[in-house]
Amino acid sequence: MNSTLLRTTTVRSALRAAAPTASTRAGLAGTTFVRGKATLPDLPYDYGALEPSISGKIMELHHKNHHNTYVTSYNNFSEQIAEAAAKNDIQAQIALQPLINFHGGGHVNHSLFWENLAPTSKGGGEPPSGKLASAINTSYGSLDAFKEKFNTALAGIQGSGWAWLVQDTQTGSVQIRTYANQDPVVGQFRPILGIDAWEHAYYLQYQNRKAEYFKAIWDVINWKVAEKRLQ
Amino acid sequence: MASTYALPPLPYAYDALEPHISKQIMELHHSKHHQTYITNLNAALKTQAEAVHTSDITTQVSLQQAIKFNAGGHINHSLFWQNLAPASSAEAKSSAAPKLVKQIKATWGDEAAFREAFKAALLGIQGSGWGWLVKIETGKEQRLAIVTTKDQDPVVGKGEVPVFGVDMWEHAYYLQYLNGKAAYVENIWNVINWKTAEERFLGTRADAFKVLKTTI
Ligand SMILES: [Fe+2]
Ligand SMILES: [Fe+2]
Ligand SMILES: [Fe+2]
Repeated sequence: MNSTLLRTTTVRSALRAAAPTASTRAGLAGTTFVRGKATLPDLPYDYGALEPSISGKIMELHHKNHHNTYVTSYNNFSEQIAEAAAKNDIQAQIALQPLINFHGGGHVNHSLFWENLAPTSKGGGEPPSGKLASAINTSYGSLDAFKEKFNTALAGIQGSGWAWLVQDTQTGSVQIRTYANQDPVVGQFRPILGIDAWEHAYYLQYQNRKAEYFKAIWDVINWKVAEKRLQ
Repeated sequence: MASTYALPPLPYAYDALEPHISKQIMELHHSKHHQTYITNLNAALKTQAEAVHTSDITTQVSLQQAIKFNAGGHINHSLFWQNLAPASSAEAKSSAAPKLVKQIKATWGDEAAFREAFKAALLGIQGSGWGWLVKIETGKEQRLAIVTTKDQDPVVGKGEVPVFGVDMWEHAYYLQYLNGKAAYVENIWNVINWKTAEERFLGTRADAFKVLKTTI
């Protein structure tokens, strides 16, 4: 871990030291909680480590500013919803739900995203193996065909959103789904691999040429983490 | 034959809104983003025209979302360019919109309260979208409202006249303001074209949308 990324409190260090195995942590979206509050997780690599696919400047703003705003706002609104619940104020709780969905979703999505990326020197872009590779081949024929479908899904998002490879918890099969804004992958589907299609994820480097970003990001996909999320 | 839309020229130079909106943003936004909506709209309309000729109703229905999104992008940006003006121009002062400002004051109390309400609405958008000041006509009555729309949904409802709009997609500000969208929203007031706003406020829906006609 790059020391510039370390802003870990003693409390969090203690939690970290006691943290369970990597696979369990992946299942928790790398989300860490201190005294019931969500905190910004450390990136598992340097800001510049995903270059040239994603610039260091983008990674820094995206993590330190965008993701952190979701964390702060989520904590703020979950405090408000807890107060409303304590007062049995149902209307206030309902009014706060879209804000929990948006900011909580933003926190969960980005936490999963950082983990499913990796520098090429740490295995980024190395194709999946085992069960996930077979699941993709079964559904899409080949990894290349899958990537093409995934990029078409990304390009088709109208506005801000995400594309995910998800596992259907009912059938176990995998599929590509897009989600608007910060809607998180919950319910029937389990997130396996996500790509952020918000303009802030690529604009400083790619501007309107988003297809180039979608193409380049496959070089830094951490398929090992994706494999661990598959059940 | 389906109509073909073309990119309307900007009513000012790419650098005319500096320092509030940079030349680089304006150039990409107009020549790339707006152009892409038009290109995709024309393609969807062409496919739709063919589907109409062949009575292919399922294709016609499946094209509706693409038409709404890309036509919305074209409509919104066309209106947006016109409701901006260089900060040094007379149009950029709210004194260029006496009747509109009178109704704004009647509705929100004063201009500052209106700007606060508009800003809060803009910053509350979750994801991509637009904020609009809209004149809503119901019979002989008319009122003003702040309306936010998602993605490229345009303000085209019956009796609704868009007075001015602000693009809250990240491409509208990111190269200059990064994640500081509140500063973008503050600065946009320096380049709102109040003369255009007054004309739209006093005119009809058809008047507001006439910019689209000229490019068919
Ligand atoms: Fe993001
Ligand atoms: Fe025809
Ligand atoms: Fe735009």
